[in-house]
Amino acid sequence: MQRRHFLGMSLASLLLLPLQALAALWNKAAFEAVTAPAARQHLQVASEQPSSEIEIVAPDFAENGAVVQVEVRSRIANTEAIAILVDKNPTPLIANFMFSNGADPYVVTRIKMAESAELQVIVKAGEHYFTASKQVQVSLGGCG
Amino acid sequence: MNDNIKMRALLKGEITEVKVLIGHPMETGRRKNDLEEVVPAHFIQLLTASLNGKPVLEAQWGTGISKNPYLTFHLRGAKVGDLIKVVWHDNKGQTGNGEASVSAG
Repeated sequence: MQRRHFLGMSLASLLLLPLQALAALWNKAAFEAVTAPAARQHLQVASEQPSSEIEIVAPDFAENGAVVQVEVRSRIANTEAIAILVDKNPTPLIANFMFSNGADPYVVTRIKMAESAELQVIVKAGEHYFTASKQVQVSLGGCG
Repeated sequence: MNDNIKMRALLKGEITEVKVLIGHPMETGRRKNDLEEVVPAHFIQLLTASLNGKPVLEAQWGTGISKNPYLTFHLRGAKVGDLIKVVWHDNKGQTGNGEASVSAG
């Protein structure tokens, strides 16, 4: 009985391990934050300054908010990470991309937008944070 | 290599353009089905990419990435034949991976 209990326990903990390892990496608090300022706080963005060295390519008008293609490029030296937020989504933080070993600070992805909103980009370069934004009008919201 | 992930890596000048398309529902946990039942959240939380085994990109995602996620990223210093691998993990503990060799663009 004791042995069976022990085996059951170890199997359970083995199965749990990958999820726990993942949970340690994934910034749960930031991704579950319901306002953009709260998400920033959990990303530990201390202070940020606007930068024209961040290029955002996204449509002015998006017909379908379920799929909005966004392209972001940072020309800021030593860019380590690019975060994408949509201020009016139920959970504003969309993604955080971290680059290393010769990856260019550049990304194209497709995101959901609940309604017309400001697309915000935060770039981390060393201890400094830079930001840029673009307004996107959405005809049909895409946050089911 | 899974069939729910498609990848392509093309060397164009100094830059290798990597495109990734993943089959995944990316459920937010807020959508209701036809029976007015809430569909549980099911979304990719972490995606990592490596070039010849060295990590190059770590992406953390929330529910705001579209269904069947699409991603393009750029690498410097890759050569034709180099191996690019992508691994993803979702909130239900499921995982998937794919790989592509760099080819001349």
